[in-house]
Amino acid sequence: MANDPLYETIIGLEVHAQMLTRSKIFCGCSTTFGAEANTQICPVCAAFPGVLPVLNRELVQMAIKTGLAVHGTIRERSEFARKNYFYPDLPAGYQISQFELPIIERGELTLDLESGEKKRIGITRIHMEVDAGKSLHEGIQGASWIDLNRTGTPLLEIVSEPDLRSSREAGAYLKKLRSILRYLQVCDGNMEEGSFRCDANVSVRRRGDTRLGTRTELKNLNSIRNVMRAIDFEADRQIDLLESGGTIVQETRLWDANLNTSRSMRGKEEAHDYRYFPEPDLPPLVITRERIDAVARQLPELPDAKAIRFSRELGLSEYDAGVLTSSREMASFFEETVQQGAHPKTAANWITVELLGRLNREGLEIEQSAVTPRRLGRLIGLIQSGDISGKIAKQVFELMFETEADPERIVAERGLKQVSDTGAIEAAVDKVLAENPTQVQQYREGKTKVAGFLVGQVMKATRGKANPAAVNAILQAKLSG
Amino acid sequence: MSIQAETVKQVAVLARLQLDDQAVPPLVEQLSNILKLVEQLNELDTRDVVPMSHALDMPIPERPDEVVNTNCKDALLANAPDSVQGYFQVPKIIE
Amino acid sequence: MDPTQITLVQAHAMLRSRQISARELTTAFLERIARINPIINAFITVDGEGAMAAARMADERLAQGTATPMTGIPVGVKDLFCTQHLTTTCGSKMLARFRPPYESTVTRKLKEAGAVILGKTNMDEFAMGSSNETSWFGPVRNPWDIRRIPGGSSGGSAAALAARLALATIGSDTGGSIRQPAALTGTTGLKPTYGRISRFGMIAFASSLDQAGPMAWSAADAAMVLQVIAGHDAMDSTSIRDDVPDYSAHLSTRMEGLRIGIPAEYHPESLNPEIGQALDEAGRVFGALGATLVPVSLPHTRHAIPTYYIIAPAEASSNLARFDGVRFGHRCQDPVDLKDMYTRTRSEGFGAEVKRRIMLGTYVLSSGYYDAYYRKAQKVRRLIADDFHQAFQKVDLLLTPTTPGTAFPLGEKIDDPVAMYLSDLFTINVNLAGLPGISIPCGSDSQGLPIGMQLIAPILKEAPLLSAAHAFQTATSWHQRKPEL
Ligand SMILES: [Mg+2]
Ligand SMILES: [Zn+2]
Repeated sequence: MANDPLYETIIGLEVHAQMLTRSKIFCGCSTTFGAEANTQICPVCAAFPGVLPVLNRELVQMAIKTGLAVHGTIRERSEFARKNYFYPDLPAGYQISQFELPIIERGELTLDLESGEKKRIGITRIHMEVDAGKSLHEGIQGASWIDLNRTGTPLLEIVSEPDLRSSREAGAYLKKLRSILRYLQVCDGNMEEGSFRCDANVSVRRRGDTRLGTRTELKNLNSIRNVMRAIDFEADRQIDLLESGGTIVQETRLWDANLNTSRSMRGKEEAHDYRYFPEPDLPPLVITRERIDAVARQLPELPDAKAIRFSRELGLSEYDAGVLTSSREMASFFEETVQQGAHPKTAANWITVELLGRLNREGLEIEQSAVTPRRLGRLIGLIQSGDISGKIAKQVFELMFETEADPERIVAERGLKQVSDTGAIEAAVDKVLAENPTQVQQYREGKTKVAGFLVGQVMKATRGKANPAAVNAILQAKLSG
Repeated sequence: MSIQAETVKQVAVLARLQLDDQAVPPLVEQLSNILKLVEQLNELDTRDVVPMSHALDMPIPERPDEVVNTNCKDALLANAPDSVQGYFQVPKIIE
Repeated sequence: MDPTQITLVQAHAMLRSRQISARELTTAFLERIARINPIINAFITVDGEGAMAAARMADERLAQGTATPMTGIPVGVKDLFCTQHLTTTCGSKMLARFRPPYESTVTRKLKEAGAVILGKTNMDEFAMGSSNETSWFGPVRNPWDIRRIPGGSSGGSAAALAARLALATIGSDTGGSIRQPAALTGTTGLKPTYGRISRFGMIAFASSLDQAGPMAWSAADAAMVLQVIAGHDAMDSTSIRDDVPDYSAHLSTRMEGLRIGIPAEYHPESLNPEIGQALDEAGRVFGALGATLVPVSLPHTRHAIPTYYIIAPAEASSNLARFDGVRFGHRCQDPVDLKDMYTRTRSEGFGAEVKRRIMLGTYVLSSGYYDAYYRKAQKVRRLIADDFHQAFQKVDLLLTPTTPGTAFPLGEKIDDPVAMYLSDLFTINVNLAGLPGISIPCGSDSQGLPIGMQLIAPILKEAPLLSAAHAFQTATSWHQRKPEL
C-alpha cells in the first residue's frame, strides 16, 4: 500500500540530535546521561530568577562542522530566539532556540538507493536549541515528577526538505545523517536513549499533482524501524481516508510501537502560539570566514569521500565501499585491517562476508567484535604468505572469535600451518593415485575433470594443510607423466 | 485598534492567567487605550529600517566547554513548593 | 554629629581616619531605619544581623589596611537583586518567601568591597510601575510629603536615601526607574550604559532595557558606588568588556569647551512650567561654568513611549513565564490539574499591573500581530537610537527634565495606566538607545517638592556625565536639601 500506484508519499524529517559537549549549552552543568534525578542542575538551567545564559563555544564548533558536512551555508550572523510555551519540563517557560536566522541554511545529503541510484535530499536548516527536562508519570499517584538533568543539553535540529518519497528513503536518510554525525563525533546517534530523535511530516498526493497535500506530524518514533513503520501506516491511513471521500486534518499523531498504530493528539494539545522573538539575553552570533575555514581544516574524511577513495584507490567495488563506509567504526576497522598489510580487496571480503556475517548472527556491532582489526589483518597476512590456506583461515577466524587469541598462536597450537614441502605432498599424492586407479584411468582417457576429485582427496589426506597450488602442480605432473 | 473581550480571554489562556468575568471589561478598556497610544507608530515609514533587538551592537561571547560542578540539587529543591524524592512534583501531566 | 546626615565621601574619610567605626555607622542607620521605615515603607527586608556582621568585618579590614572606598558603607539594595540566603521578593507575592541560593553580581561586588547591606528596598512589583504603588508590600511614601508617591520602580531605594536611611542605594532602570524616583525625591540617580553593570542575579523585567545603577546623595557619591559595581561579568552575555575608568578621579568642576545639547522635543506643553524654569536656570548655571548650550533635535522622541510599551511588556511576558509554581515561589493551594496550577498560581502571585503587562506583551508577540507591533517597535527603536547618535555628533551631553511633573499624590494615576506611562516620557528614550543618563536635583516647586534634571551622555561616557553632574552640584546646593521628617 505504501507503494500505491495512484498516490505518492511526501515526507520531510525533523531530527533533534543531542550534541556531545561535556557541559550544557548555556551553563556548566554536566550532560552525562543517566545521573540521579536533578543532580545535574544549577540556577541557570533550572531557570531561577535573575540568571542568564552563556553560550558553549564547543556547540558552535559542532554546528559549523555539521553544516560543512552537509554542504550547508553557515550564516555570518545568526540569532537566538525564544519559543514560548508552558510545560513543567521547560523551566523558563520558553525554549532558547533559533528561528528567523538559524546558524545553517540550505544543505543536502546524498542517499545511495538500493536501485543503485543516488538521490539528493535537501536540508532546509540546522539550528541550535536547548533540550527539555523529563517528566515521570508511571506509578505515581495523581502527580508527575520532574527531572531537569537533561534541561539545557544542546541539540541541533536538522530539518529536511519534503524530498523523501518512501519510508525506505526516510530510513536511508536517517542512517546517512546519523552516520555523518557519528563520523564528526558530535552525536552518538542513540535513538533508544533519545540522543537522536526524529519527527516525520507526512502527506500524500495523487501522482502527477504538483501541490502538496495536507500533512500530519508523527511523533514518538524511537527507532529507524519505527519511523519507517509509522510512515507506511500513516501513508496508508491518508490514502484510505482520501479514497473513502474523507479529508486529512493537519494534526500531530503519536506513534504507538506496541500497537503498531498512531493516534491523534488533537484536543489534548493547546492551540500553540509560540510567540518567537529574538532572545534579548544573547547578542547575535557572528561567525567569521576564518573560523569556518579553521573548522573545515579539522573536518574528518566523511563517508561519501571515503567511499570514493576506497573504490578508486583501493579498487573496492562500489557496493563494498558503501558498506565499509556506512559507519565511522566500520571504516576505521577496514582501514586498520589494511594497515596490517592485508590486501584491501581481501580485507573487504573478509569484513563484509565473514566478520559481518558472524556479528549479525550474534547481534553485535562492529566495535564489539572479538576479532580486532589487528588480528584480522594478521590472519589475512598468513594467507598471503602461504602459511595457511583460505579454508584453514576460516577455521582460524572462528577460533579467534571464540578465544580472542592471536591467529599465529592458534595456527601454531593446532598445527594448522600449511604444508608446502613437496616431499610430503608427493607422498600423499602417490598414496591417493594408488588408492584411486579408476579415476586415474578416467583422467588419462581425457576426463580431466576428475583432477578436482583427486586434489580433494589429497587435501583430505593432509587434513587441508597442503598448499593447494603445490598439490595441483604435483598431481598434474604425475598424471601426465 | 481596540481589542475584543474574546481576544483578551484568548491571550489570558496563552499567558496562563485566570480572568474572572468582571476583570475582563476594565482590562479590555485599558489594553485598548494602550494600543491606541501604540498606534501612532504607524505614522512612521520603517520599510528600510533594520529592527533593533539589542541596545548595543556586540557579538555573543562564548565560554569554554567545561563542566563546573555546582551540585546544588538540595539548595534548588529547598525552594520548590512541592518536591518528592529529589524530584519537583506537579499535578499529573496528561498526555 | 549625626552619622546618618553625612555623605558617602565624608563617611569614607571618617572610617579611614577612625573618627567612626563601621559598627557605629551601621548601628546609627539601623536605628534610624527602625524609627523612620514604618512611616515611609522604604525597606521590605532589614537585615540587622547580616549588616552588623558585615560591619564587624569592615572594621577588621579598616584596621588591617585592606579597606576599599566602600568598606563599611551602609547601603540599601533594591529587592530584585538576588542575595544568597536573604529573602528576595521583587516586590511580589510570587516571591514573598524566595531565598535565592545564589548571589547577584552587583551584591557580590558590594560585599567583596566591604559594603554593609542594610536590607532590601521596596519597589514596584517586578519593577513595573512609576509610583511604587504596585508593590505587594505596600506603597512607599515620599519623605518630602508622605501623601505623595516617591516615583518608581526604585521608589524604596530613592525614599530610603531621601530619608537618610542609607548612604547609598542600588536601583534598576528599565524605562526611568532610577532617574524618575531620584528626581521626585531630590536625590542623584545614575543609569549607566546598558551592559556596564552585570545583570546576573538581577530579576529580569525587560532584558534588553534593564540596567542597574547607583542612587546617592551626590554625583561624587554615585561615582564611588559605580566604581565597585561596574565591569565585565562572564555570567552576563550582554556585559560590556571595556575597562572601568576611575570615575572619582575624573570628577572635575571645569566645564570649559563642553557642549550641552538642549533637545527641543523635551519641552512639551505638558511640562510643568516650574520644571521648565528650573531647567532654564540649570542651563544658565552650566553656561556660567563655561559650557556652551546648543539647541538640538531628537525628532522621534514622542514615539518612545509606544515603542517602549511594546518592547518592555513583550520581553516581560516571556521573562515572567518561569514563575509557574514548579520550582520556586508561590503555588496555589490544591491545584486540580496542571492548567489550574499554572493559572491560579500566576493569577494569585502577580498583581494587576504585572498581569496587564504580561497580557499586553503576550498579545503583541502573538501570531498575526508580531510584525505590526513588535517588529515595528524594534524598527522605531533604531530610529530613536539614531536620533541620539546624530545629536552626539554635535554635542557632548544632553540636558533635559527628568519628569514632566513633580511627585503626585498616592492613588492619582494608579487606575489610569496610560497617564502613569506618560510620566516616563523623558527617561524611556535613554533605555531604548542604551545610553547612560543621570538625574540630579535642580530646584523645587511651589510646594517645596524636588525637581530633577537629566543629563544624557553617549555610550560608556559615564565619567564625563558624572563630572558634569558634580560640577553642577559644586555650584549649587539643591542636592543638599533635606526633607523634614
Ligand atoms: Mg525544535
Ligand atoms: Zn545548569
